[in-house]
Amino acid sequence: MSTLHNISENPKALKLGPIATLLVGDKGGQRLIMALLALAIIFPFCNLVFPEGSALHVSTYTLTLTGKYLCYALLALSVDLIWGYCGILSLGHGAFFALGGYAMGMYLMRQIGDRGVYGNAELPDFMVFLDWKEIPWYWFGFDQFWFASIMVLVAPGILAFVFGWLAFRSRVTGVYLSIITQALTYALMLAFFRNDMGFGGNNGLTDFKDILGFDLQSSNTRSALFIASALALVLGYLISRFITTSKLGRVLISIRDAEMRTRFLGYKVEYYKLFVFVVSAMMAGVAGALYVPQVGIINPGEFTPIYSIEIIIWVAIGGRGTLFGAVIGAVAVNYAKTYFTGAFAELWLFMLGGLFVMATLYLPKGIVGFVRDIKQGDGATNKLYLILKNKIPSKLSSKGSV
Amino acid sequence: MALAIPKHLENAPILYLDGVSVSFDGFKALNNLSLCIEPGEMRAIIGPNGAGKTTMMDVITGKTRPDSGTVSFNHKELKQLDLTQYDEAEVANLGVGRKFQKPSVIESLTVFENLELAQKGGRGIWQALMHTLTSEKKQQIKNTLELIALQDKAQDLAANLSHGQKQWLEIGMLISQEPELLLIDEPAAGMTDEETMKTAELFKKLAKTHSLVVVEHDMDFIAALDCKVTVLNEGSVLAEGSLESVQKNQQVIDVYLGR
Repeated sequence: MSTLHNISENPKALKLGPIATLLVGDKGGQRLIMALLALAIIFPFCNLVFPEGSALHVSTYTLTLTGKYLCYALLALSVDLIWGYCGILSLGHGAFFALGGYAMGMYLMRQIGDRGVYGNAELPDFMVFLDWKEIPWYWFGFDQFWFASIMVLVAPGILAFVFGWLAFRSRVTGVYLSIITQALTYALMLAFFRNDMGFGGNNGLTDFKDILGFDLQSSNTRSALFIASALALVLGYLISRFITTSKLGRVLISIRDAEMRTRFLGYKVEYYKLFVFVVSAMMAGVAGALYVPQVGIINPGEFTPIYSIEIIIWVAIGGRGTLFGAVIGAVAVNYAKTYFTGAFAELWLFMLGGLFVMATLYLPKGIVGFVRDIKQGDGATNKLYLILKNKIPSKLSSKGSV
Repeated sequence: MALAIPKHLENAPILYLDGVSVSFDGFKALNNLSLCIEPGEMRAIIGPNGAGKTTMMDVITGKTRPDSGTVSFNHKELKQLDLTQYDEAEVANLGVGRKFQKPSVIESLTVFENLELAQKGGRGIWQALMHTLTSEKKQQIKNTLELIALQDKAQDLAANLSHGQKQWLEIGMLISQEPELLLIDEPAAGMTDEETMKTAELFKKLAKTHSLVVVEHDMDFIAALDCKVTVLNEGSVLAEGSLESVQKNQQVIDVYLGR
């Protein structure tokens, strides 16, 4: 970022398009976007073209799993935008993810039509089961994809706006803010568990059949969802880059580093926080909306506070305040999670905790910061690097690079 | 020592604190404080610890709401305003710049970016998002860099500056805000003697176009500023006048200088 002004004086940069300009000086971002675009082509191609059993075949399971991780990566990105750049440590971002997911889930429920267990064309199964006679008012419009898509942005956006307005105007910061974000997601979890809320209670929304008339189980639809997730992540990255490289991004950094100073410079800190918080919540909502059709279910478990804390761990391990670090962290931790919960399920939470402690002690700037330090020859200041270099590398490298 | 006589005595004061009181948990930080700063005046404020110097700045800049009293600010266009009705950001945008005691610059931004953020205008969200640096604004930043002698450090992170350089950067940021009134809290703290004298020179230059209120402990620095001095004690004005006259004041010697 510090090189931005030098580059803007470079006449070469003027020939770049507006999107390329966003990625000037962001090698990690350039590589990430290349990789995502390549992935968006190769994975569906290998899934659809090569037959099962071929060495080049990518199974629909792998495709969907990776698609799920891309949604997590978008969620991590949204958290990095507020935490890494503005210092807002939200421990309740899962709430916005889940709200986006519910908005999409409601559309998918209405798509089931009369193919449900009770064969009621008007009411989703759980409403028939609860003996409801008509669909509640807040379900109107969700039979339309366009309406649901808008609600994917609007529902998390409004919640973030109201919550942020109250919290930031009252100057709730730091650990107090983190605690009330936890309370927020916890309260929503309890509310969504109730059958009376009309969102399917603890079972949530599931048994989806199709989206826009396409069968959700087919490889074609899964491929399309995968591509949509990859493109959403690319778009989310570019939006985040646009924000963080603008003067507004520097105001956010200024708020993170010295909030009072920023006020005395004449910036209305609460408005800036509100803006970035709402953008971030909407991004999380989109991630949730793409996640639900791929995993086939949304239930109140998504509001569980521990999920929100996990997002923070992804970002911390990847490298806070770098954007692409959040993506790397989300994908890496979730692959590890999938592997370890398969191998030793009970130990996973301990491992996650251990991972966080290790990252805090040895990788304070995350994976991205570690690699950057070594490349710039600043390895001497990095504890992990010193350990790896000086003493018993074989023993510790296995520990440190989990 | 000659007293710098305000040139605009016929004008209304730029800043007028009238009977301002603030108490925290029963402790009276400011006790019916009244103070008047003329347009174009430079004023030094001294006083023992706990005299209410920083609280006074907090009240003027909207950080602390007083229990009673008003703070009138004579704005160029809007004329008389009561600053106690505005928050920090609004007061800053009305033209009151403040420098903190501890140098507070944005450490993870470059010197250039610090000045860019401070530059007047473009405080709205949309303006900040769409902001592009015009060559005119860039030139302004370059001029400021020269004034604060940091032109070679423009692309360095503010975190890597020395203590004195950070103080200067913050002064540069203050100037970039183009305020009418500058409130400056202990600018010479932690500076070398040479830097201190340079800073005094800079303030004298600034005083030609701005009104300044400087809180300071360093008597040599105040002598170099060569301006009217106000002594605060226990939240109100103890004495006012030339540095010479307050130094001779028995009360001032008892509570502050004599110790």
